[in-house]
Amino acid sequence: MAKVFIYPATSLILSDLVARFGHEPLGAALSIRERIQTPGLESPPLQITPEDPKKGLRYAAVEVPSGVRGRMAIYGPLLEQSEAAIIVTDAEMAFGCMGCARTNELILFSLRQRGIPLLELTYPKSEEEGVQFVKAIREFLAGLQEGGS
Amino acid sequence: MTERVRIAQLACGSEYSGVQNEIADAAEAVDAEVFFPDISLADIEAGVKEFGLDVRSGDLKLAIGRAKALVDGRVEADAVFIATCFRCAEAAIVRNELRRYIHEHSSLPVVSYSFTERTTAGTLLTRMEALTTIARRRALLAREEQTGLTMGVDSGSSTTKAVVMRDNRIIGTGWRPTTEVIGSADETVRLALSEAGVAREDIMAVGTTGYGRFLVGKHLGADLIQEELTVNSKGAVYLADHQHGASTVIDIGGMDNKAISVQDGIPGTFTMGGICAGASGRFLEMTAKRLGIDITELGPLALKGISKNVSMNSYCIVFGTQSLVNALASGSTPADVAAAACHSVAEQVFEQQLQEIDIREPVIMVGGTSLIEGLVKALGDLLQTEIVVPPHSQYIGAVGSALLASGFIKGE
Repeated sequence: MAKVFIYPATSLILSDLVARFGHEPLGAALSIRERIQTPGLESPPLQITPEDPKKGLRYAAVEVPSGVRGRMAIYGPLLEQSEAAIIVTDAEMAFGCMGCARTNELILFSLRQRGIPLLELTYPKSEEEGVQFVKAIREFLAGLQEGGS
Repeated sequence: MTERVRIAQLACGSEYSGVQNEIADAAEAVDAEVFFPDISLADIEAGVKEFGLDVRSGDLKLAIGRAKALVDGRVEADAVFIATCFRCAEAAIVRNELRRYIHEHSSLPVVSYSFTERTTAGTLLTRMEALTTIARRRALLAREEQTGLTMGVDSGSSTTKAVVMRDNRIIGTGWRPTTEVIGSADETVRLALSEAGVAREDIMAVGTTGYGRFLVGKHLGADLIQEELTVNSKGAVYLADHQHGASTVIDIGGMDNKAISVQDGIPGTFTMGGICAGASGRFLEMTAKRLGIDITELGPLALKGISKNVSMNSYCIVFGTQSLVNALASGSTPADVAAAACHSVAEQVFEQQLQEIDIREPVIMVGGTSLIEGLVKALGDLLQTEIVVPPHSQYIGAVGSALLASGFIKGE
């Protein structure tokens, strides 16, 4: 079983796919709701304090906006644990969405720097693409051994 | 209105910066509540497309969708607070455009703020208070004439001012540097009453404003205790005799600066702050001290100098002072240094704050620094407009308080 970081981290579909194929998904465990009544799209259920952006200094310098550092305080440790990753770009908001584009850039860059197995896919636009999308994820996950190699 | 004021929050990053509780606490302190307009994912997509600003951050898209819902009346609110991370360029664009959009397309008072993880409820308090005042007290802010015998006290960070007014005229003034807050207020009140030739017990209503407004207000038994953003706006258009239509009020204070876009005497959008004291009146005080002159002499001296002759950047008061010392040591004239100091402060205000509101003429400059002619000229040059400095401009907060306090005279 490998620890697989999913992007968008809020995608319950990706999280479910990873778990079904016997691996551990690393994500935000948050669903994007149809109606948004919280400050942000992926508002955290946990209580973040002003200390968290300081913890984020491990991943981003002090001149990086506090919101990026606060997010990295949560995602950074998950990135460090990850043994593989699935990245889906251009996804619809309902599939999974993260609030800050700068954080997203940093997360994607960090994943690509890690040298772990990566699957990068574009969000499918048709049923046929959807079938290929799931197939590619299944094959990627099936090919992952213990420890992600 | 006794109901809690409902402030719609449009934000990106406030929770992840750990400051959402601070925002909520600041609102709570002025009997208001922040809420997040409830919209759907489809509203976001449609709102962003219609608005036309193609941003990449999901939360900024959400802010745009929510702004559209507020302007279209699909969500009800009394005021709007826009907050994004400091140093984020994408967020700064959205913040500015949303503030302008809401201001132009609705009557909702709006304020924006860029926060860091160090932002506290105390920092946000005056802004929240101004938002709620505008929402709650529109009727009071519509007052155009002072009636009866009233007094206003402005307990500022540098100076304390008091004004006594009778039947729409200023009949007494008092001014003192702020040292011990209540003691300074008592002294200025004594001076103003003495000049007016009236006794304290004759005063029919009292208003207080400025940093010490709560303490002084309680001490004087004030009828009105109100933040300086709305009070100064009101005082400025009253003294400039421009109570109707659009105007811009600029107050470069001792500790922070205010730039307020005003419509019919009521603030629409405003900014308040100053990254460093280098962009405030405090730097000009230090300049005068270093030049060995009284602050009242700095303005006329600056008018005789040429700012371009001295390189000075007062973004930080420490570096600004270094520039000052270096310029004098290398033989620059005191007049050129004074002009450069005025230009530097004006430039900081122009670059840091005036970009955040829509400048609409007339531009009215108030507060003690409006008496420094060199500063007024420097800001006028930057804005390419003739700046209006009304009579008694240094007493702006006290005049605004006395004017608004007359709404509290028994029977009014």
